Amino acid sequence: MAVTIAKERWTSKVNELVLGAEPNAIKVGGDGTLPFLFFEGDMPNRPVVALEVCDMEPAEWPDILKEAYAGVLGDPVAWAKKCVEYGADLVCLRLNSAHPDNKNASPEDCAKTAKAVADAISVPMIVVGCGVEEKDAEIMPAVGEALAGKVALLGCATPNNYKTMTAACMVNGHSIIASSPLDINLAKQLNILITEMGLAANRIAIDPLVGALGYGIEYAYSIMERSRLGALTGDKMLAMPVVCFVGQEAWKAKEAKASRDETPEWGDQARRAILWEVMTATTFAQASGAIFVLRHPDSMKQFNAHVAKMMEPVKY
Amino acid sequence: MGLTGLEIFKQLPKTNCKDCGQPTCLAFAMALAGGKASLDQCPHVSDAAKEALDSASAPPIALVKIGTGENALELGNETVLFRHDKRFEHMTGIAVSVCDTMSADEITAKVEQINKLVFDRVGQTHKVNLVAVGNCSNDAGKFAEAVKAADAKSVFPLVLMSEDPAAIEKALEIVAAKKPLVCCANAANVEAMTNLAKKFDVPMVVKGADLNELAALVEKVVGMGHKQIILDSGAREVNKVLADQTQLRRQALKKFRPFGYPAIAVADNKDAFQAVVDAGVYIAKYAAIVVIDSADPADVLPLVTLRLNVYTDPQKPIAVESKIYEVGNVNDNSPVYITTNFSLTYFCVAGDVESSRVPGYILPVDTDGISVMTGWAAGKFTPEKITELLQTSGIADKVKHRKVIIPGGVAVLSGKLQELSNWEVLVGPRESAGIASFLKQRWL
Ligand code: B12
Ligand code: SF4
Repeated sequence: MAVTIAKERWTSKVNELVLGAEPNAIKVGGDGTLPFLFFEGDMPNRPVVALEVCDMEPAEWPDILKEAYAGVLGDPVAWAKKCVEYGADLVCLRLNSAHPDNKNASPEDCAKTAKAVADAISVPMIVVGCGVEEKDAEIMPAVGEALAGKVALLGCATPNNYKTMTAACMVNGHSIIASSPLDINLAKQLNILITEMGLAANRIAIDPLVGALGYGIEYAYSIMERSRLGALTGDKMLAMPVVCFVGQEAWKAKEAKASRDETPEWGDQARRAILWEVMTATTFAQASGAIFVLRHPDSMKQFNAHVAKMMEPVKY
Repeated sequence: MGLTGLEIFKQLPKTNCKDCGQPTCLAFAMALAGGKASLDQCPHVSDAAKEALDSASAPPIALVKIGTGENALELGNETVLFRHDKRFEHMTGIAVSVCDTMSADEITAKVEQINKLVFDRVGQTHKVNLVAVGNCSNDAGKFAEAVKAADAKSVFPLVLMSEDPAAIEKALEIVAAKKPLVCCANAANVEAMTNLAKKFDVPMVVKGADLNELAALVEKVVGMGHKQIILDSGAREVNKVLADQTQLRRQALKKFRPFGYPAIAVADNKDAFQAVVDAGVYIAKYAAIVVIDSADPADVLPLVTLRLNVYTDPQKPIAVESKIYEVGNVNDNSPVYITTNFSLTYFCVAGDVESSRVPGYILPVDTDGISVMTGWAAGKFTPEKITELLQTSGIADKVKHRKVIIPGGVAVLSGKLQELSNWEVLVGPRESAGIASFLKQRWL
């Protein structure tokens, strides 16, 4: 009995965003379908992984995570090289030292670190600030300038700092991460504001501020599904690839941090922790995530293996 | 489902006799369309009309039951493609497999391990649902032995995984009363299997080599009079399963009747880690049952958690009651913690207070079930509301001190809260996991 395959006819696509400069540039987005449904549209680029590098030794990382970067945690350049060695598509540098509660590092110091890292690696870069909106607006112009020509992805822009952040991207040829807390209208609004300043829509990535498995994953999942449906049906201000900061969320979860002694009924910690990060990421890949910022190299390996399989087209 | 009031009205007697309790037949039709009445309230509908309305109002995906007693499982009745449209109704049943090539002792040991896959999360118990017994040996006698061994220990219903009707018959003779799931009928055995499923009145998986064959087989099974069906498109690789599961769900919602049943997915990736990842995709993407091999809690906990998340009603976060909770052997010197009534938040805090080994009182403010920072940003976690809870909950009679600990994320509330409540406000750590070390520095 012949089944008539149910195919949606989507009218629009997700923007294609270019990261990095030739010859090392990579592309994300461009999807003309819901994730991996090749029977009704194209997905020209696979989801990519950025491994995270901090500019100061992370205090709260569990040992399983630290062990993977033993010897380089205090040195962002060596750390970034290690990530590339592990096979990361991108490196995501996080400028924690700029935080007023940490070293309150100056824009110049941040720019220096970012440049040193960028010069040491060939893969494209994401650079995010310390999360304090005003401070990030102070450092990003300097960081953007130091990385001029590298076509980096800078973040995170919010309604309170997007003007400076957008300007820093525009003048130096970078793209921007626009963050909004799990709300489709807020995401749209911020994209409108940014494009109104003159930055092209295909130089924006949406950060929906995802939560980890067990810690609000379902909210981000649904917001991402809704944004993708919007993008495919012609909403230009939702047609941006989505970046998911999975590592920072997954490794906060008790399920990733608790040792086997603390919670014997949960089994081996390393297995459980890596699965926590991988399944948070693979679940978001089903909801339309395009750029995944992860922490553990094994998580990246497993995620990439899964994605490679998902990218084998099934057509009826 | 899907019928408008007018469409229903056409099938009614149109006498406006009011026996249904509604003033007119039209009013009754409207109430029915809105789900506020049921057809049997009108004693006068003709049988023909009843049948027409029943089949039109049948859910797009049939409800199928497996097992008996408290661990019986209900699957199906799904109505949407995306959880944001309404919600997913019946959580994916997780089946963990054993093989009849294992010794009876090995089977017993693994089933005991499976029985223990029970996790507490947000105040609820979450567990796996089924034990799948595989006929890996292709021997009917061995299969029956394995089924007997699994049945003796399992607290969960069984899935009988064999394509050999002789093996299934032997197994059903042992466990049919417990309503196991037969898995499966295929093109080669469909008549024999369907007859067995009918004879023993048990649900059955119908497996096609592809979607086309599956549709044909389902029609055959239904034609033979069996309707307790679970679908298997035959796909085993994750990319194919995703495509097929998507088709099955879409077709069911379009009321393509052969696919109007719950579906099963088997996560049998040779790479044990990837098998868990695949199972996660199946949970998110429509599988009513997912079969896994691993009984390792490190593998099952993420799956059970994902299932809970995906199947949560997006309109209604899970919340706890706003009242005094006592953790451990409290006395009038015990610390008092403020948090929100979002279940996830409350149970994070309760767990961490418990592991600090210092008994304490927890007072969750009613924030309509949202988290600390969300509640604060939404104006639902305010000094006024915390003060009210401190004053009306009766906590003041339970402790001698007047010190209250608030989450570190909302340190900004402390000034106003102190002023309004006259309690001394201690700003706790940002993450409740820091409560134990916080107590050492600031309380004891
Ligand atoms: C899921 C989520 C939502 C969901 C709500 C889910 C829910 N039921 O709460 C939705 C989508 C509805 C939502 C909406 C909004 N959100 Co929201 N949301 C989140 C998200 C992703 C996770 C929140 C969560 O569930 N955390 C898990 C729980 C367990 O954490 P928690 O309650 O804070 O508890 C922890 C600690 O606070 C501490 N703790 C808790 N109690 C206690 C008690 C004591 C004594 C101690 C010591 C510690 C302690 O321990 C717990 C475990 O670590 C966060 C971002 C993030 N990744 O964290 C944003 C976030 C909380 N949301 C935010 C905002 C702004 C909003 C909105 C106002 C935005 C909007 N769209 O308008 C709305 C408001 C909603 C409304 N009007 O009702 C902001 C808050 C910003 C700020 N600093 O004020 C955040 C931080 C995102 C961001 N970075 O901007 N959100
Ligand atoms: S009982 Fe039936 S016939 Fe009578 S008013 Fe109600 S719907 Fe009409």
